[in-house]
Amino acid sequence: MIEIDGLTKRYGDKTAVDGLSFVVEPGVVTGFLGPNGAGKSTTMRVIAGLDRPTSGTVRVNGKHYPGAAAPMSELGILLDARSVHPGLSARNNLLALARTAGIGRRRVDEVIELAGLGEVAGTRAGGFSLGMGQRLGVAAALLGQPQTVVLDEPVNGLDPDGVRWIRLLLKSLAAEGRTVFVSSHLMSEMAQTATRLVVLGRGRLISETSVEDFTGHATAGGILVRTPETARLGQLLAAPGVTVINDGTDLMRVSGTTAEQIGTAAWRAHLPVYELTPTHASLEEAFMQVTKDSIEYHAGATR
Amino acid sequence: MSAVMQAGPGLRKGAPAPPTVAGPVTQLRVVRSEWTKLRALRSTWWCALIAVVLIVGLGAAVAGSGTPYRVSAANSAAGGITLSLIGVLFAQLVLGMLGVLAFSGEYATGMIRATLAVVPSRLPVLWAKLIAVVGLLLPLSLLATVAEFFTATALESSRRGSAISLTDPGVLREIVGASLYLTVIAVIGLALGALLRRTAAGLSVFAAVFLVVPLVAAYLPHAIKGFVPYLPSNAGGTIWGAGKLFGGQQLGPWTGFAVLCGYAIVLIGLAAWRLRRRDA
Repeated sequence: MIEIDGLTKRYGDKTAVDGLSFVVEPGVVTGFLGPNGAGKSTTMRVIAGLDRPTSGTVRVNGKHYPGAAAPMSELGILLDARSVHPGLSARNNLLALARTAGIGRRRVDEVIELAGLGEVAGTRAGGFSLGMGQRLGVAAALLGQPQTVVLDEPVNGLDPDGVRWIRLLLKSLAAEGRTVFVSSHLMSEMAQTATRLVVLGRGRLISETSVEDFTGHATAGGILVRTPETARLGQLLAAPGVTVINDGTDLMRVSGTTAEQIGTAAWRAHLPVYELTPTHASLEEAFMQVTKDSIEYHAGATR
Repeated sequence: MSAVMQAGPGLRKGAPAPPTVAGPVTQLRVVRSEWTKLRALRSTWWCALIAVVLIVGLGAAVAGSGTPYRVSAANSAAGGITLSLIGVLFAQLVLGMLGVLAFSGEYATGMIRATLAVVPSRLPVLWAKLIAVVGLLLPLSLLATVAEFFTATALESSRRGSAISLTDPGVLREIVGASLYLTVIAVIGLALGALLRRTAAGLSVFAAVFLVVPLVAAYLPHAIKGFVPYLPSNAGGTIWGAGKLFGGQQLGPWTGFAVLCGYAIVLIGLAAWRLRRRDA
């Protein structure tokens, strides 16, 4: 479990994270979303004890992480920036980390196989592609079988096979009862993997919810209605809070009401309806809607 | 939503923690970790090899050139040893670099983030690097200076010169002292690497302190030369008689070495403070 309470982190006079509070529960995959510069990586660095909070507290599995007796059993972390030594082989990179917790070579070889790095384990990490470096970073995060796993952009640079591997991995870690907290820019990936969401914008918490609620509450969806009587049905549905958009074809988009109400109204007025489809906003649309005020640098904006 | 959430066993309070293979961090384990890194890096062995070749090679060259390695009224045994150890002046730069790289290399590559994430209490990492560097360089430099002594002595004996003996006054102190000196120099390099975090900055400061400043100081007017014996290289060099090479006022061998160790302790203290306090 990760509990963040009133976390503020300033670098000089720039506030990266501002009064952030949320809880990441074990047993499910929690996605961490936010535009660039929202403070996701900063939050993750503070969780790992690499940066100290300006104010507020962060607890990992109920404890102050830098004081943990067996850190590798508490937290495994993949940071967005590279954190491997290019002069060391993949195996020695992992072995050096494993030694600090008395983890043996067998477990090191196990995570090497798990990450699909078996063939390159002995070669220096400096020659690794982005994807291979990413696999090595994930292997390092899993090394100690930690209770809490934090991954910053794990699918970054991975091929489709790697993306699928990460997706299954995250779900199985959560099913084992571990806390899984993962950031990503790929909204579609989050929609498939995460159950809970923490959404950040400009260092502040925008939303802490489930993926379903997050997309459900977004208003971009509405209901698609196909009928030859668009004008008459539109008049019937007119009410405060209901919007009907019709572009002159037999298709219209209605929001602010339910499919049941539209269907019943059409049936009462003997209007034929060929299609009645509730559409959910995609996670991406919901995300854009929720964070549109908090994107730090709008493209083309002048300062 | 709720169905999926409740499926997670960890959500129930008091659920058993998932299995783990990771034990507690101990200082010994962190030392093993740092030794794993130091041993596996090619730069370590290149620096070590170059240092040994410089010390033994230049020693052999001095002995081979004749007079300096011969005991006479004008040339004491300790003086001959100092001259034959001239390679130490160059080896110190290479081993200082090894020290700097042992820490700055982690910042340059980003590995420091992985290192400190698994040892979040941080200070054990500094102590472990110290122990690993000293554990490698003390035996290695001693091996080099002893090998240099026997090579030079063998060369001198083969020409039936008056070979220097280990029991001659000051000889053993200079041979062991040179290796102690080199080890402390590497420790100072390590502290600079930890303190400055950048390889270029660490190497520049190191080269300035051990190469540029002593050279410039030697040419200063006499009136303001009072600090010169206290420069790290001049103070520490007394233990292997390096002062004789440049002349001028100098401290006693063990006093001088203690001054050098003082610099190392202060720098390590500053490095520890910075490591503990600053964001990684």
